[in-house]
Amino acid sequence: MTVKVSRRTTATVVAGAAVFALVATGCSSNPAEGGEDGDITLTVATFNDFGYTPELFAEYEASHPGITIKHNKAATSDDARANYFTKLGAGSGLADVEAVEIDWFAELLQYSDKLTDLSSDSVDGRWLDWKEAAATDADGKLIAYGTDIGPEAICYRSDLFAAAGLPTDRTEVAALLEGDWDNYFSVGEQFTAASDSAWFDASGAMIQGILNQEEETLESKDGEVIATTNPVVKDAYEQVLAVSPELSAHFTQWSDDWNAGFANGAFATMLCPSWMLGIIEGNAAEVTGWDIANVFPNGGGNWGGSYLTVPAQGAHTEEAKELADWLTAPEQQLTTFVQTGNFPSQLDLQTSEELTSITRPYFNDAPTGQIFSDRATAVTVAPYKSVKYFPVMSTLQDAITRVDVDKTQSADESWKQFEADVAALG
Amino acid sequence: MTTALLDDRQVRRIAFGNRLSHWDFKLSPYLYVSPFFILFALTGLFPILYTAYVSVYDWHIIGGQGDFVGLGNFEWVLGQEKFWLALRNSFSIFLLSAIPQVIFALIIAAVLSDNLRAKTFWRMGVLVPYVVAPVAVALIFSNMFGDQYGLINNLLGRIGLDPVGWHSQVVPSHLAIATMVNFRWTGYNALIFLAAMQAIPRDYYEAAMLDGATKLRQFFSITIPSLRPTLIFVIITSTIGGLQIFDEPRMYDQSGQGGASAQWLTITMFIYNQGFGQTGGGQFGHAAAAAWLLFIIIIVVGLINLAATRAIASAGTRNGK
Repeated sequence: MTVKVSRRTTATVVAGAAVFALVATGCSSNPAEGGEDGDITLTVATFNDFGYTPELFAEYEASHPGITIKHNKAATSDDARANYFTKLGAGSGLADVEAVEIDWFAELLQYSDKLTDLSSDSVDGRWLDWKEAAATDADGKLIAYGTDIGPEAICYRSDLFAAAGLPTDRTEVAALLEGDWDNYFSVGEQFTAASDSAWFDASGAMIQGILNQEEETLESKDGEVIATTNPVVKDAYEQVLAVSPELSAHFTQWSDDWNAGFANGAFATMLCPSWMLGIIEGNAAEVTGWDIANVFPNGGGNWGGSYLTVPAQGAHTEEAKELADWLTAPEQQLTTFVQTGNFPSQLDLQTSEELTSITRPYFNDAPTGQIFSDRATAVTVAPYKSVKYFPVMSTLQDAITRVDVDKTQSADESWKQFEADVAALG
Repeated sequence: MTTALLDDRQVRRIAFGNRLSHWDFKLSPYLYVSPFFILFALTGLFPILYTAYVSVYDWHIIGGQGDFVGLGNFEWVLGQEKFWLALRNSFSIFLLSAIPQVIFALIIAAVLSDNLRAKTFWRMGVLVPYVVAPVAVALIFSNMFGDQYGLINNLLGRIGLDPVGWHSQVVPSHLAIATMVNFRWTGYNALIFLAAMQAIPRDYYEAAMLDGATKLRQFFSITIPSLRPTLIFVIITSTIGGLQIFDEPRMYDQSGQGGASAQWLTITMFIYNQGFGQTGGGQFGHAAAAAWLLFIIIIVVGLINLAATRAIASAGTRNGK
């Protein structure tokens, strides 16, 4: 009797302890650890599609014995950001090489001491100046290797242009749209007078296009939020909303309606960073009229782009740095451009024959390599983006949406709310 | 003397054994349930308390713990217009989903508890929406509720009605999100009601039938009163779930900010955006304070529920059912 009792009690205690032990070990397991005989597993974390195929990693593994690469892919840049920041703060759990998007790069730059210094002779002069400058912290430390950029051109529907009596050939269209934003909008007025379709997809995209050509927009270089007082922002806001009733298709970018609008012929033109080509193709596979013109209102502009970083918390930062170096080398970036259309930020590639000879059948065989290479050289300004850039931009986009898409407020009301919202961001 | 000593020892040994079995009787039940409470303390209680600790500090997602700010974070959250809009939205979506859900679940359960052909097929069928991942439901529904090209507005146009601004207006966006919630949970609740209905003694119905009561009368006079405890359970769980609604509104558009004028921003989305989202700037202190406010709101609503429950339960016994 006594024996039976104590055994049962012991069993319970053991069970309780086992639960504790499970919980404890669950927290301490570390899959990124290397083996004993010098074998190292490096993890690479990216989001969306960086074009890093298993074959690409296999190539690296073959030339670097003892290294195994594991690739983690987050669905969106937002997911990647939440994961990155949480684990950077916690001090463990990040991949050896982590991809970063330009929009949240400034936030990360504040914590550059938690990242490995990546400067080395082998990467000197690899990137476009402005791309590299953005990845250098206040102490001159290079904390990230550039992958792609988003030089912008104009994509248009040649069939809708033809129906409205506008030229359809891409050089003629480029000549027609050459000039400032006013010119782009006034051609739009010509178009909408003769067509049922809208001229552009989203007013939110327009203001982004205009502001990406200015150096100081939402924040001043001494770290103040100037969005509500900067005449550049107010002018852009008024300019876009003045033409939007007539020219806009009244979509919010990335909404389901926006996606459907591509195939439904809702709009005839859109701002077209290099990575947009894949999105157009995906959203309007059946449509044959999409083409691309080597022009952008008011010169050049860049929209988006990413970097690779090596968090200092990793166990193998040296090896990780070497891998990041290799991945962002011109040869590999060319491979990923062919794979995804992500336009490389590497200087050598901008004029290389392999890149400029690339064409894209869907866009009426447009020489996309040459066009984006030209558009990349036209980019002269790198907008200053700091810590508050994203929240303020998102508030500004909301202000545009209220007027252009929701139609719940007038431009003046919405601007007043924008001022209040920015003040509330604190 | 020696025998006395031996006896004494023997007695003591028996006493020890008795004490063990006494402990077994008294303690074992607690030990058996302890794994749950240990796990709850680790995954539930500790985070709640730690969140309270975080909420009184300036705390950044990367920078970590900063200065002690007292109730400053609470003040900040309560001063945010978006917080109040989120509170309004959470309650509105909760009411729009909980009420129709319970009513429809009751009706479905009543139908299912009748003699149907292929009973099991129908009963399992109502659970199918519950199996679908909420994010998938949200993606499909938000597409159907598209403002310009959505299926619903297309159908409305066919019958000559104006399109509804599902993503631009406050109430339509709540209706759309509540529809997703109802789609997912009505069948689940119907099965719970069904189980409770099966437990009602058939004699009641037979007696009622002999007295000439109609089906409808039976439903209101026998079924509903007998379901009272189950009803209370369903209402409380759907209250907690409703106030914490996140997946559906988060996936209702791509950016997850709850619309340009916070039309469908809920409290949990507000908390997430403050702490982890790009627009909140990783302010864990703000997020923690908002989380605690939500916790308090849920407790208050829970207490109201409890009071209402007691009133209903005692009213039930007085009726001498």
